[in-house]
Amino acid sequence: MSDHHGPGYYIKIYLILLVLFVISVLGPELGIRSVTLITAFGIAVVKAIMVAAYFMHLNVEKKYIHYMLWGMLILMAVFYSGVMIDIYHTRGQNWINVSSESQIEMFKDVVPDSH
Amino acid sequence: MSIPRPIATTRSATGIPTGKLAVWWVVGSEIVIFGGLLACYLLYRLKYGHWGIEAAHTNTVAGSINTFVLLTSSLFAVLAHHYAEKKQCHKAFIYLWLTIGGALTFLAVKSVEWGNEIAAGYTIGKSTFWTFYYTAAGIHAIHVIAGAVIMAILSLDVMRGRNLQRVEFIGIYWHFVDIVWIFLFPLLYIAK
Repeated sequence: MSDHHGPGYYIKIYLILLVLFVISVLGPELGIRSVTLITAFGIAVVKAIMVAAYFMHLNVEKKYIHYMLWGMLILMAVFYSGVMIDIYHTRGQNWINVSSESQIEMFKDVVPDSH
Repeated sequence: MSIPRPIATTRSATGIPTGKLAVWWVVGSEIVIFGGLLACYLLYRLKYGHWGIEAAHTNTVAGSINTFVLLTSSLFAVLAHHYAEKKQCHKAFIYLWLTIGGALTFLAVKSVEWGNEIAAGYTIGKSTFWTFYYTAAGIHAIHVIAGAVIMAILSLDVMRGRNLQRVEFIGIYWHFVDIVWIFLFPLLYIAK
């Protein structure tokens, strides 16, 4: 993709990414769950979008690439949904996930809210 | 005897040079590979609360240093691309090697980090958390090594002013490796 920006432009993006990185490290230090989720994972999403848009030049890339990448992300979501059912149930009508149940039993005193 | 130029450098069936399109497809397939792995990790992490106790033993300082190193190497990669487009081969060559330097620094930090963890008894077989940890970070490290080797090989062409479009191709791959780490970092090092 043709590049219309000079090094100063990329350095500015880089500095913003560094500021976001510092916030993502310091935020979780407060120990507040919602702040951790926003600063660690919310900022990770923002950083990833910035790298993709400005460093990979996805912001000026052809739609074909966007459709292809979205297709892959949707595949990932389908995978996530399929596996979630298996992981979150430890027993069904004719089966028991012995390994999973033993893990939960082993750590039930350490982590009371481990489902 | 001259080597014929690969067809991927000239053909463009979709309006996107075939070589570049191939790299985007590599990135697309990598999304499914890493996405599947991280989706499984996330599901288990939410299901088993004690994984947070095990994650407390990962080295946040080493993870932070490596995040900084990869972000910086991404800047070098995009600058290498910028100078390759300007046909400033010497500068493109230098920035490619600075990116490789970032990759080597990342691997050196990772080696020290893993050495300390293994010495402390946190091996790949200790628990499912550590199996995920070493698998995800290990596959990522293999991608870092692959990227560095490819950059070193194509830098020889860049030095001679040949196949400069490949600097952009490896840049796309390298930024993706950076993006994967951007997600691995909070998952493995921050959420405790």
